[in-house]
Amino acid sequence: MSAIVEMRNITKHFGHVIALAGVSFDVKAGECHCLLGDNGAGKSTFIKIMSGVYKPSGGEVLVEGTPTLFQSPRDAMAAGIATVYQDLAMIPLMSVSRNFWMGREPERGVWPFRTFDTAKADDITVKEMRKMGISLRGPDQAVGTLSGGERQTVAIARAVYFGAKVLILDEPTSALGVRQTANVLSTIDRVRKQGIGVVFITHNVRHALAVGDRFTVLNRGQTLGTAERGTVDAAALQDMMAGGQELALLEASLGGTI
Amino acid sequence: MTDVIPDALKDERIKPVSPLRRALIRPELGGICGTILVFLLFAVIAGDSGMFAAEGVMNWTVVSAQFMVIAVGACLLMIAGEFDLSTGSMIGFSGVMMAILSVHLGVPLWLAIIATFAFCILLGGVNGWLVIRTGLPSFIVTLAFLYILRGLTIWSSIYFTRQTIIGGVAEKAAADWLAPIFGGKVLGRLFTWMGEAGWIATFTRGNRAGQPVIDGIPMLVVWAIVLVIFGHWLLTRTKFGNWIFAAGGDALAARYVGVPVNRVKILMFMFSAFCACVFATCQVMEFGSAAADRGLLKEFEAIICVVIGGALLTGGYGSVIGAALGAIIFGVVQQGLFFANAESSLFRVFLGVILLTAVIMNTYIRRIITGER
Repeated sequence: MSAIVEMRNITKHFGHVIALAGVSFDVKAGECHCLLGDNGAGKSTFIKIMSGVYKPSGGEVLVEGTPTLFQSPRDAMAAGIATVYQDLAMIPLMSVSRNFWMGREPERGVWPFRTFDTAKADDITVKEMRKMGISLRGPDQAVGTLSGGERQTVAIARAVYFGAKVLILDEPTSALGVRQTANVLSTIDRVRKQGIGVVFITHNVRHALAVGDRFTVLNRGQTLGTAERGTVDAAALQDMMAGGQELALLEASLGGTI
Repeated sequence: MTDVIPDALKDERIKPVSPLRRALIRPELGGICGTILVFLLFAVIAGDSGMFAAEGVMNWTVVSAQFMVIAVGACLLMIAGEFDLSTGSMIGFSGVMMAILSVHLGVPLWLAIIATFAFCILLGGVNGWLVIRTGLPSFIVTLAFLYILRGLTIWSSIYFTRQTIIGGVAEKAAADWLAPIFGGKVLGRLFTWMGEAGWIATFTRGNRAGQPVIDGIPMLVVWAIVLVIFGHWLLTRTKFGNWIFAAGGDALAARYVGVPVNRVKILMFMFSAFCACVFATCQVMEFGSAAADRGLLKEFEAIICVVIGGALLTGGYGSVIGAALGAIIFGVVQQGLFFANAESSLFRVFLGVILLTAVIMNTYIRRIITGER
């Protein structure tokens, strides 16, 4: 199967800093491709290029085989690439419904009296949240009253509803408790089964292994190769992320708890 | 927003919230309570002073309407996450610009009004553009404009006319087609009829004997009502309103889902300048003159109205209706203390107390609604 989005040899420089030095990555329909890396490895920069926030300094982005240059996040969204950011997914002061439709509000009426069709928006929001297993007190419930896992799920439901072909999840589980993490992981599984390609960014090897089909490790702006499910174990991934040697020494002295 | 959930979608884990509580818990609650409280208070201490007779009502209505006009602009801008401290200076500037153009440079008044609006809205746009481009807090950028515009106003007034009050606008307005939209009065016949029917007081002596004490609703009040309705509609019923909330709630998150945050913010700065211009034009038409010191401290009064009305200073939350109620509270307190023959300096004490009470209450309500911790 061909990739929905393929990133070839991407480089990105910020002044004197080389954030990415030739990273290649692709994601296919219905798979969960995990992008692993320690803090500062370049994960965030990489996905911001994928989602149109940054332009790459070099390399190619191919969407369904066609080279594409995203001018803005809007372009990437139009191409079916949706991103759920770790802490920027939702606006807590706004209602679930207003968050869900933010940037894509349905309208009715004739210009200049065109209004935000809140009845339709509320109705669809409640139904979509139900599908993801979240019961709302009402569509006007503020996002701030939801738990962290529920917020991620609202963001994922939103992306899926708006026809995402590729869903980029930026560390969705890093701030969550055990149960909420399990919820988000099962949401990822549910989304993948609908034929959407999921890019799951994390530095937690166990979370990655729980749902991932393929694993790519970033270290200091470079990829250390991509592995299929079943060909790697947690220790190998952990090693690659930290750059081997030092962590092996540290791990020995800590009794293998990292 | 109504939320009728079909039975099939109801969840047994969610505690039902009583309709009363749901109706009460809204951003305007602080403003509503404050308004009721203020009216009750003045009914007691100034009930027999004529404050609630036709003339008295018109008196505090006009003052409240003044606050309302600028509060709507400040409210939408604050919800979009920005401040405009140049509102007061903008009021002085636009009045003087209009007067100099028409009285001293001989430009027809309607053209002077349109030119002033265009230029001030442009200045609002510059304010917004600078805030966006420099990334500086709007507090600083508009504070700079507070001084720049006030200085320019006084300088240009003295340069062109050698004085800081420019009269003679009334004569120009008499034959102008655009001036009545700001300086005219409406429903005059209704009041004449009400006066004849004995519902409202009439003059008993002088050359206006027999005419009602109020001869119509000033256009300023009409502007205030229209702006409040427009602002409320824009904020709660349109796509753009959702973008205003989003831009102020979290600009980055909004940008990532494709909301044109910069455009929203710049437009709101322009709208704030527009409101300041409406205020200034109405005032110039009412007095028949412009003065370089008009609008002093108005920016803070507008912000106080907005905050009493339940808006969050950091943006992303608020209500235009709340801001309008804040303006009513402000107007009624200011004029009511005058009717009650209270020491006028007490006005500030009272206002401070109301501001503090309303904000504490609003914070509590907002926590319930939004789950802030």
